[in-house]
Amino acid sequence: MYEGVVQDLIDELGRLPGVGPKSAQRIAFHVLQSDSVDVARLADALTQVKLRVKFCTICGNVAEGDTCRICADPRRDLASICVVEEPKDVVAIERTREFRGRYHVLGGAISPIDGIGPSDLRFTELMTRLADGVVTEIIIATDPNLEGEATATYLSRLLKDMGIRVTRLASGLPVGGDLEYADEVTLGRAFEGRRLLDA
Amino acid sequence: MPLYRDEAIVLRTQKLGEADRIVTLLTRTRGKVRVVGKGVRRTKSRFGSRLEPGMHIDLQCYEGRNLDTVTQVETLDAWGDTISRDYPAYTAQGAIVETCDRLTEEHAPAIQQYLLLGGALRSLAGAEHDPGLVLDAYLLRALAVAGWAPSFHDCARCGDPGPHRGFNIQAGGAVCSVCRPPGSAAPAPETLVLLAALLTGDWVIADASADRHRREGNGLVSAFLQWHLEKQVRSLRMVERV
Repeated sequence: MYEGVVQDLIDELGRLPGVGPKSAQRIAFHVLQSDSVDVARLADALTQVKLRVKFCTICGNVAEGDTCRICADPRRDLASICVVEEPKDVVAIERTREFRGRYHVLGGAISPIDGIGPSDLRFTELMTRLADGVVTEIIIATDPNLEGEATATYLSRLLKDMGIRVTRLASGLPVGGDLEYADEVTLGRAFEGRRLLDA
Repeated sequence: MPLYRDEAIVLRTQKLGEADRIVTLLTRTRGKVRVVGKGVRRTKSRFGSRLEPGMHIDLQCYEGRNLDTVTQVETLDAWGDTISRDYPAYTAQGAIVETCDRLTEEHAPAIQQYLLLGGALRSLAGAEHDPGLVLDAYLLRALAVAGWAPSFHDCARCGDPGPHRGFNIQAGGAVCSVCRPPGSAAPAPETLVLLAALLTGDWVIADASADRHRREGNGLVSAFLQWHLEKQVRSLRMVERV
């Protein structure tokens, strides 16, 4: 145990995800040995992120205003919405530069064992967005695990009678891997989603 | 480090650190164990999809101080993958694995619970029966294996041969008119016949049952389960009945 503020800092750092007591101690001593300017910048960034960052009122992504920069961008295609679980998934898809539509962040996936049901996620907000009939395609990009798959199944059932094209991101073999190491489920889905090669 | 190999069914997973998961398994010989799947959340993981809830696997682990670590996994049955594409079955699976998690102890072999869980998930994946009925059948039998078998025919207190109209959860099931405590339920006789069929595995009777008896039976089973577990099973409220 250290004295006073040092121990307080270690305790607070130890509450962060993935930071154990040893790591918390290492970061605390790094902070102690750093320049005051650097530490002030870190403290300011932490304060500002809580003060200024909100959730976009349209899609649920992180934003500094009422709407995020993607929803505010007039060049974005209004006819397609990509549904993701978390804001970090938006960043992952944006990195591909393949999608020019807008997003909808659900805030998680349906997981009965964790007590997360459809009413805990932003399905109602999505249905409200679809009410004006502008959107013609919903791309479901939930995580390729069982919770994500079940969430996609639930969503596709919700949208079934709305006349909207519902697609799901393909699952399959990762680029750069060997086929022999692929597991049965992934390989099975790769077979399901195989495509015709244009000769 | 000692290695071991076992068959198991994945009950639940929790995120750990950057890309790992803590996986709770019900194994055939070691009972419930919690293991670490290193890097399984990465898209290039060789066995990430095999460590998803509802998967029946053959795994190899090495023993750690706190948690064991998975070194190899092979899929025996991808029940979880099939079930996740059927929403009512998925919600039933959630309640089944949560109940199993509650009824089993770590490192205490529970072969009957293991076989029962496997049977229930196989049935859900094969869409053999209505998922709600599979769930109720599982819950009744899992409670019976745990020592809380309800009686649906003879009086649970005095053993008087039934059928009886009263049903009391605290008493352990059907109660005769003499033993019937105040506040006992009076379910339809067909509901008690359905529940008895689910407990014994008489699927001809169960599949032919009416919706209102299934609903009533489900309410009794849920109340019976939660009274004995002394804790709410969170996934039960999310079960979607067809």
